[in-house]
Amino acid sequence: MNTTSTHFVPQRRFETYEPLNQIGMWEESFKNNGGLYTPGSIIIPTNEKTDSLSEDTSHGAEGTPHKFDQEASTSRHPDKIQRRLAQNREAARKSRLRKKAYVQQLETSRLKLIHLEQELDRARQQGFYVGNGVESSALGFSDNMSSGIVAFEMEYGHWVEEQNRQICELRTVLHGHVSDIELRSLVENAMKHYFQLFRMKSTAAKIDVFYVMSGMWKTSAERFFLWIGGFRPSELLKVLLPHFDPLTDQQLLDVCNLKQSCQQAEDALSQGMEKLQHTLAESVAAGRLGEGSYTPQMTCAMERLEALVSFVNQVRKKA
Amino acid sequence: MDKVVRMSSEKGVVIFSKSSCCLSYAVQVLFQDLGVHPTIHEIDKDVECREIEKALMRLGCSTPVPAIFVGGKLIGSTNEVMSLHLSGSLVPLVKPFQANLC
Repeated sequence: MNTTSTHFVPQRRFETYEPLNQIGMWEESFKNNGGLYTPGSIIIPTNEKTDSLSEDTSHGAEGTPHKFDQEASTSRHPDKIQRRLAQNREAARKSRLRKKAYVQQLETSRLKLIHLEQELDRARQQGFYVGNGVESSALGFSDNMSSGIVAFEMEYGHWVEEQNRQICELRTVLHGHVSDIELRSLVENAMKHYFQLFRMKSTAAKIDVFYVMSGMWKTSAERFFLWIGGFRPSELLKVLLPHFDPLTDQQLLDVCNLKQSCQQAEDALSQGMEKLQHTLAESVAAGRLGEGSYTPQMTCAMERLEALVSFVNQVRKKA
Repeated sequence: MDKVVRMSSEKGVVIFSKSSCCLSYAVQVLFQDLGVHPTIHEIDKDVECREIEKALMRLGCSTPVPAIFVGGKLIGSTNEVMSLHLSGSLVPLVKPFQANLC
């Protein structure tokens, strides 16, 4: 009942005789319909009600100009009063019917939504991908991702923080003088840190390989250079090499060899990935979604990449 | 398994693969880049595929394919081959089997 009274507040602006009369009509109808529209079950948003009311006032107010004239002379035209009342009743009745229909629509939509959500949960449990990215953006849910992936993102955040701390530490240490032993231990820690990242990625790849392959946790700039879930080791080498001055001839030779073998390994893996995409596309076209069969391949590829990057780190270590 | 032993002891680089395996394909590409022409046995085209798989696993491969043998000796799977290559040890290993590129 509270809801009905608040809706009529704006109506007073119209300052017609109608709404006041209608209030009586509405309240009466609500009382009559009693159990149907208990406050708890009414889901209609405020606006809709106001709109329907304003609709009704416009319906009932069609003859408003005339009514103003007759305000003073109601006693003289009882039949006009009757006509007006009848129109009101009719309008109110129509309004009630419209409201009933709308509520029913809402109820069925609600049930449908519940069913869909249940289906979605079931499908997800069975391991089908229902367009993860599309869902998250379209429906605005962030908990559509599996808990494992959410955990990975959190872990990655921590990893980056730790990484920054280690880099700062290394920088300050390099400016000062520090024993070789200390330096070595710092580098060892950095290496361990990277291996930790590889383990995280590997675990995440087992949960959602596409997520890792598309580098969803990375910045858009990082994703530009994406190759099997990370940077190309050869690119990393290219970036790092100028900073390695001075290098002994032997070191230089080693790095060049590493660059070349890296390139070759990458080419081989890239072609393997292309073949994987073709095979996958073919199976999809043929109607077989053999997800289980290629996921292990992906994780293998991931491990490969990690080994490649670890070699890069070893070069870094040498320098 | 005799068949596997026989096939793997063939001269040069021998790769056991499957036509559907993409990592096998990657390994093949790598060897070709190095100028080696490996002998490739696609075991999924073989009737005794299952036995071959088991035999390869028993020999120590974590995954049956790809399994790479050089000069009769088992090198391992993709991981091992790539690691060797990155450390620079693969090329000397296959040098005797490199085709002379004109």
